[in-house]
Formats: sequence, structure tokens, C-alpha cells
Amino acid sequence: MDAIILQILNGLDKGSAYALIALGLTLIFGTLGVVNFAHGALFMIGAFCAVTLNKILTLGYITIDETQKDFLGNPLKVENTYVETWFGPELGAAIIDWSVPLAILFAIPVMVAIGFIMERGLIKHFYNRPHADQILVTFGLAIVLQEIIKYFYGANPIPTGAPEVFRGSLDFGVLLGFDPNVIIYPYWRLVYFLFAAAIIGAVFAFLQFTTFGMVVRAGMADRETVGLLGINIDRRFTIMFGIAAAVAGLAGVMYAPINSPNYHMGMDFLVLSFVVVVVGGMGSLPGAVLAGFLLGILESFASMNEVKSLLPGIDQIIIYLVAIIILLTRPRGLMGRKGVMEE
Amino acid sequence: MLGLDKRDATLLIIVTLLTMFAPFILNPFPEGSAMAQFNAGYPDLMQRFVIFGIFAVGFNILFGLTGYLSFGHAAFLGVGSYSAVWMFKLLSMNVVPAIILAVIVSGLFALVIGYVSLRRSGIYFSILTLAFAQMSFALAYSVLTPITNGETGLQVYNDDPQYLMGPDSPTVTNLFGLEMRSTYTLDMGPWSFDFNAGYYMCALFMLAAVYLSIRIFRSPFGLMLKAVKSNQQRMNFTGLNTRPYTLAAFVISGMYAGLAGGLMASMDPLAGAERMQWTASGEVVLMTILGGAGTLIGPILGAGFIKYFENIFSKINDSVLHQWFAFMPDGLEDFMVFIIHPFIGKGWHLTLGILFMLVVIFLPGGLVEGGQRIAAWLRSKTPGAKDETTKSTEPAE
Repeated sequence: MDAIILQILNGLDKGSAYALIALGLTLIFGTLGVVNFAHGALFMIGAFCAVTLNKILTLGYITIDETQKDFLGNPLKVENTYVETWFGPELGAAIIDWSVPLAILFAIPVMVAIGFIMERGLIKHFYNRPHADQILVTFGLAIVLQEIIKYFYGANPIPTGAPEVFRGSLDFGVLLGFDPNVIIYPYWRLVYFLFAAAIIGAVFAFLQFTTFGMVVRAGMADRETVGLLGINIDRRFTIMFGIAAAVAGLAGVMYAPINSPNYHMGMDFLVLSFVVVVVGGMGSLPGAVLAGFLLGILESFASMNEVKSLLPGIDQIIIYLVAIIILLTRPRGLMGRKGVMEE
Repeated sequence: MLGLDKRDATLLIIVTLLTMFAPFILNPFPEGSAMAQFNAGYPDLMQRFVIFGIFAVGFNILFGLTGYLSFGHAAFLGVGSYSAVWMFKLLSMNVVPAIILAVIVSGLFALVIGYVSLRRSGIYFSILTLAFAQMSFALAYSVLTPITNGETGLQVYNDDPQYLMGPDSPTVTNLFGLEMRSTYTLDMGPWSFDFNAGYYMCALFMLAAVYLSIRIFRSPFGLMLKAVKSNQQRMNFTGLNTRPYTLAAFVISGMYAGLAGGLMASMDPLAGAERMQWTASGEVVLMTILGGAGTLIGPILGAGFIKYFENIFSKINDSVLHQWFAFMPDGLEDFMVFIIHPFIGKGWHLTLGILFMLVVIFLPGGLVEGGQRIAAWLRSKTPGAKDETTKSTEPAE
């Protein structure tokens, strides 16, 4: 029992990342009908937003402290960060410590802007071209974005820490009446899951309860008719693209402490997120979320030692296997609408 | 000639001449001159040109003719490499059984994957092939280690059985005694040209592959595949089952990939799982699109283009750039170097990505279409010339 709970918990944080990326992917597909292979790159850029903010906050200057000596007997060089000088040592240190959550504020405008530029500058011209062309051009874009990040940040992963408060682990088992130290779950992963749930909830609420969301949903169902009613659906879809980019970016920002960002993390997640979208159903938002969590948890179950000894290598391929079975038996996915890309 | 019409025969002859004289053509600059770094006539690179040419020509039979975009073709290349190395381990270092087995095994593998994947089309097909390729990659890395030797990569060891190995058989890859790495260097004044046995064997294979692909393009079978691309639904409405045709195309292109993998292992008896990764599949897509999907010569051009610039661009560094721009005033020189720096050396993939995007956006027919447009433009400039002159190739739209 405790092992099962542990695996479910382990699957949740990866599942959250899958769900968030898949949500954005399927939002773009549902609104614009575009298959965006560059979405993983947006996730990666989000993670590097966290890195960038951290770098900016820790910018500093060096002063020489004559009162202290280093081990060679020379006056000690002390590094000061501007933030600490401006806000005082305590508040400054706190700001630096909380750089990853703060990066959310930094990432939203950046990601929305990138989303707008991408949609207006490139993807707009691909609405009427075949899906293969869309895949190819966004694949090219993904390579370009990835290489730009590599140029500025190098090829090595950059560790970016969570705030001090969240560094420890929660003894989850005790809460449920198990022995201590049986089910341990890092705080930050819990935060990530709650954050993902909040974002997903916000996106759904936005689509469900606002007039804007209503128009977008109408446009997803029948774009032409909404256009004929005198609504500028293109502009709203562009905004949705920006939102989808922001969702992917935020997923990346918060993922930075879990996995040190490197330039190819987007590509790694992209393939899996596509599989998630397909399993959930192309264009179905609840399907993407459900499939994201489901596959995340399934993956962590498959990596249990008991399962691995029974079926060696299953943890590596379980997601693909599920996708193949789903595609062959139920091509519209778990929750896809009937007739959407069933061919 | 050989069942080809005049235009295709001319094309084949041009390709033959280019590959046979490649050691001369690719080494136009004298040894030791400043331009010598643009020479591409060394055996290793020339082998890669033709091997990736085969790979891309095969991919084009699937994507160019049927429009099915496979994102998992590198899996077949990897399987081909593994089977070839196993032949070296079990029999002898002769490349003939290795290449035969590589083609057969990858063909069977393609049959299985194609049978499942081709039940879907469009983006679902791409994702299915991607999923299969990633699965093969993950398995080759982990569970199948007894067969694939995991992360280390499969290679030939001294204690391998090698049942057909005689006492004085060569211990490097060979074709009935002719060592693949043997190279004859011809020195002519300051120039030097390398004639490599392995390269010529690969080149012959590529010519055969190109010939076969021309025949497929011009056959009723090829016509059927083009019909699938332009409107599969209509084909189905006429009561025709298209799946056997697409499956045949898939298996053929899988066998081409396996041949490329087998040749790769024959040149260097190593096989690693990273050859199967989806970025490797992406590379062959890049080559085919860049050169011109659906054209006969496009994929070879694309493969040559990418492999050439990959090598050359990664060799250029800042000091070379400073030499080039030395004629400029200092500030301007530094500025130019600063501007170009991200695109060279390790930044080659950035250049490739940008180039690829530009091609997809503005030149969906690839380099071949670009060539045709330039040719048409030149023709329009010379008055009196007729517009309906022969073009060497034509996109299969």
C-alpha cells in the first residue's frame, strides 16, 4: 500500500509537467489547428527565465574587506550583490532565495510576448498549409530556439535552487498513519503539483466562465461561423497562443529546481508531451490533463523494482506502448471529440 | 538506356560522373593553401556523403512519393548497423554478408512497424513512427544490452567467434580481401587526391540505389504512391486498398535505411544506440526537405549539403574569421566576427535550423526548386529562348 501511494506521488510531479505542456499543445491545436513542435522549446525557455532572473538578482560587485584575511594572508575579497545593497541584507537575501517563484512574474510577459511574435510572425502563414509543413517549420524553430539558448547559456545544466523553505521533504506517510520515513515527498514537488493544478484550474475557469473564453470555445467548435458573426476570432486565437506559451513557460519555470535546466530539456519533454496529447485526444483539454497525470503515474509505477523484474525495460517504453495501443484501438484518444483527426 | 528515358538517363549519368570523380571535385584547392580547409575530399567525409545520400533517397521514396512523414527512420539505420556488426562478430570481417543481413533485418523491422503505423495517416503516423523509434532507442540502451552492448556500443572484440575467419584473413572490414580503408593518394603538383576503396563501394551502392529509385518513381507503382499523396480518400473511394502500396514503400525505404546503416558499420565496425535517436531521424527529414522532397536528385543534394557544411562550418573559428575580415578597419572587423560568431563552429546547428526554416517557408521544393527558379529567371533574361526547355527534375506534386 505504501509503495503504491509513493509511486502515485512520484508520478504526480512529472505528470504535472506533462499535463501543463500537453494543455498548451492541445490549446494551440484546438484553436489554430496547428501542430506545434516548438512547444517543448517554450517549456525550456521558461526554465531559462528562472535561470536568467537568478543570474540578474545575483549580479554583484567585489569589495575588499581589509579587516578579514583569506588563507594566504591577503585582504579578503567580498562579493556583494546589488539586490542586497539596495534592499538591505535580509530582504535582499530573501529575494535571491525566492528567485524561482519570482521568476513567474518575470516569465509571464516574456512568454506571452514570445508567443505573440511566434504566432504573428510565423505560424499565421501556416494555417492553410498541410500538417507536415507545420511540423517541419516548428521543428526548425525548435532547433533555432534551442541553439540560441545553448549559445548564451552553454551546454551544461545550470542548477537552480528552490527557496530554502521548500528544500526539505515532507514525511507524507505519517499523515496517513504509516511509519515515519516510509513515504517521503520533497516539498518542492508538492508545490509543483499544486501550482500545476492551480494553472490548469485557471485555464479551465478562464475558458468556461469569461465571455472571452466562451468566444474562444465557440471558435474551436466552428471558427468560420464565429467569424461570420462579426467577431475577430483571429485576434482572440493569437491571445490564446500567447496564453498557451505562458502555460508552457510557467511549467518550465517551476520545473527548474526539480531538474537543472539544459538546452535540450524541451526536446526531451516534447516527444512525451505529444504522446500525451495523442493519448488524451487531439484538441481535447480535459483529455490532455487526464492523460498527462495518467501517463506520469503509469511511468512511475513501471519503474518500480517489482514491475521491472517482471518485465525488464518496461519503464523505458511504457508511455510509447500505451500510445501505440490507444492510437490503434481508439485513434481519437481517451476524450477526443468524435471525428477530430480520426484518420 | 537501362529502361530510362533520356532525361532520367542524363540525370543518372551526371550523378555517376559526380560520384566517380568526387575525389577530384571535392578537392579543388591545393594542399596547404588558405582555402584548403574547404576541401571535402577526404575518405571519411566522402563516405558519409554517399551513405547519407542513400538514407535520404530511401526516405524520399516514402515521404516524397506518399507524403507520409516518418519521424522514426533512424531506427532502421540503427538496426542495420547492429546487424552488420553482428555479422562481423559471428562470421568474418567481410562486408558482403553484413550488408545483406542489414538490409534483410531492417526490411523485416520496417514491415512490422509499417504494418502497425500505416493504419493511421497524417500527424498520427508521424507520432506512431516516433514512438516506435524512441522505444527501440530506449530498449537498445537498456534491456537489449546483451544484443546491443548498451551505452558502450556494439563493436568487434578479439574473442568473438568469427567462424569464417581464416588464419590470414584481414582483421579490418574488407570486400573479399580488399580493405575498406585502403586509400590510394594521387599527388599532382600541390594537389593531392584520395581514392578510397570504401568510398567507391558505397558510391556504387548509391548509384544502384538512385537507379532503383528512378525506376520506382517512373513505374506504375510510383504513380500509385503519388496518387496516395495527392488524395488518398479518393483512391479509397474507387475501391482500391492503398495500404499494400504504402506498406511496400515503407519497407523499401526502411531497407534503404538499413543499407545505409550496414555501410556505415562496414566503414567503421561500430554501432551505437544514439544512431536511432529521434534527432537522427530529424536529420534525414532535414536533408530530404532541404534538398527537395519528391525530386530525384534533391535528397542527395540535401545530404551532401548538410554533411559538407556541418564539417566545414564546425571547423571555422574566430581566428579564421579574423583572417577573412582582416582587410576591414579594426572596429568593423571585430564587429563582423562578433556577428558571425554564433553561426559557426559549435553554432552550426543554429545556421542549419534557420536555413531549414527559410526553406520550408519560402522554398517548399527545396534546393532543387531554388535551382529551377534561378534557371527560369536566367532564361527569362535571355530573349528568344523558349520556356519549355527540359528541367532535370520536377517536384512530384
